Amino acid sequence: MRDRTILLAAPAALLVAALFIYPFAYGLLLSFEPPKGDWLANYTQFFSSDRLWPTIGITLKLAIPATLINVGFALPIAYRMRFPSRSQKSLTTILVVPITLGTVLIAEGMLTYFGPRGWLAQFLQLVHLYDGPIRLTHNYWGVLISLVISGFPFAFLLILSYVTGIDPVLARAAATLGAGPWAQFRHIYFPLLLPGLAMCFCLAFVQAFSVFPSAVLVGAPAGPTRVISIAAYEAAFELYDYSLASAVAMIMGFVQLAIVAAVLGARRLVYRGPVTGGKG
Amino acid sequence: MTRRFAHAEREVAALDGLTVTIRRGEFIALLGPSGCGKSTALNCIAGLLSLSAGSIWLDDQRIDELPPEKRGFGMVFQNYALFPHMSVRQNVGFGLRMRGVPSAQVDARVARALELVQLRGHEEKLPGQLSGGQQQRVAIARAIVVEPPLVLMDEPLSNLDARLRLEMRAEIRRIHRSLGRATIYVTHDQEEALSMADRIVVMKDGRVRQIGAPPAIYGEPADLDVARFMGYRNELAASVEHVAGGDVMLSGGLQGRAMAALAVGAHARAAIRPEDLALGAGPLAGRVDNVEYGGRDSLIDVVLADGTRLHVRSSQPARLGEQVGVTFSPQRLLVYPAA
Repeated sequence: MRDRTILLAAPAALLVAALFIYPFAYGLLLSFEPPKGDWLANYTQFFSSDRLWPTIGITLKLAIPATLINVGFALPIAYRMRFPSRSQKSLTTILVVPITLGTVLIAEGMLTYFGPRGWLAQFLQLVHLYDGPIRLTHNYWGVLISLVISGFPFAFLLILSYVTGIDPVLARAAATLGAGPWAQFRHIYFPLLLPGLAMCFCLAFVQAFSVFPSAVLVGAPAGPTRVISIAAYEAAFELYDYSLASAVAMIMGFVQLAIVAAVLGARRLVYRGPVTGGKG
Repeated sequence: MTRRFAHAEREVAALDGLTVTIRRGEFIALLGPSGCGKSTALNCIAGLLSLSAGSIWLDDQRIDELPPEKRGFGMVFQNYALFPHMSVRQNVGFGLRMRGVPSAQVDARVARALELVQLRGHEEKLPGQLSGGQQQRVAIARAIVVEPPLVLMDEPLSNLDARLRLEMRAEIRRIHRSLGRATIYVTHDQEEALSMADRIVVMKDGRVRQIGAPPAIYGEPADLDVARFMGYRNELAASVEHVAGGDVMLSGGLQGRAMAALAVGAHARAAIRPEDLALGAGPLAGRVDNVEYGGRDSLIDVVLADGTRLHVRSSQPARLGEQVGVTFSPQRLLVYPAA
């Protein structure tokens, strides 16, 4: 008799199909049914329009530095805090807050804090540290800062869970063999963390690439931070061209998929086995 | 050496005043029940824990201030702690690479170390592809390849099955002899310590109870705790009636050997191993309460009239409920003052 326990997964599979696969397939088909022109017209339009195709570059220019900053800073901090302590507990608690706040609230706070008449500018001018105009909102930097504020805690918590999963006895063994603190990180922790870092990079990147509210609220949505999701939004809700909007969304998905596939492909080249040193 | 840990509001000495000098070529076992401080002692020597008081000297250099990577001791961990992402060759060569040994020399020395632990042909495997015993050999090879003056082993056999454990015991002794360096071996297994070590340090509650060669530890435990730990499972309470040199006469007609100064009339406790007791006419008598068959001999529980339970290892048959006498050689009954 065949194993029928697999049928228990049916409700979940149906839900996934209804919530993800159906809209995706619908959008894909819709993108090939433009109101005018042949079936590829939306895609030809995207890649020939000066208002559309540069959004890929603009979004990548925001998402990749933001992801590198988030992962790059989260790694040393998480590594420093790898042993359970009171500071580890309080920092993780503090860092959960931005995740729960949401980007809109963060953007609002940033306008008060980083704006031209915000606290930061007033403080710097008060102590005459820097007297020139400070422009950290409504431009590229505003969106980048917002992506770091919302993305860093996520990267940190993820990397912390990877770091604490590595058996500390391995580093002690390396120490008895002559490895100093840097060599322990370089030869033991870092190689064992790489697969986790790649995964963290992918998740943080996808999150940053789909930036939308902060690009509008603290960015310059008409120019330097006209990210790809804004192009999709405009096509759908200003031009009412759902077919073109679907095509933009498909291209957005494809770019994300390409980067994730590249990173995860590179991940296959490194060791991905257990991170303990033998029988427990 | 002393190592204290802050524990709630009071400080607890996990290791209190261990003093031991280890000679080149010597095999020392730190023996004790879990929580006795033996692993703490090993970690202090390795530099993985700092000392609260005391010092550690290697020849005439003081090393207790040095970080572990500067001490140059080889250490074998209980769970092996092999680097899971490195091949056997890379694991064993790690210590040499950290010391900046040229790669041609690294290869030759790794090959020699793997030869010594009989693991040639597994160089390119990852630790996850090896059996427990093979992982253990890699861990040993990794610790000895740097030719450390001292090899530290922290219960290295406790994760292996019984047969492999016996094989590895002999193997570790053989490796120790061929290196001619000192080894400190931590274990809670008396048999392991007795069979492998030149000298045994018995510890309990962070304190050294006795340091001596295996026959001394086995035959003349310094106190009642050591005796209990070394397999003196039977204890009798009595009072001292007469002392003559090393011989003691106890109440109830028991004759034994004094292991410490005993005052006439004082309370004493006498300890003896199950294998030193025999069934037959003697000063003790009781009822057989349990018989555990053990092949060549059996473990027989005899309950005395006062309720004391004796364990007797005997090849003589005994029936449950039978009244029997228990006899022993007075030299084997060790008498300690009652605490």
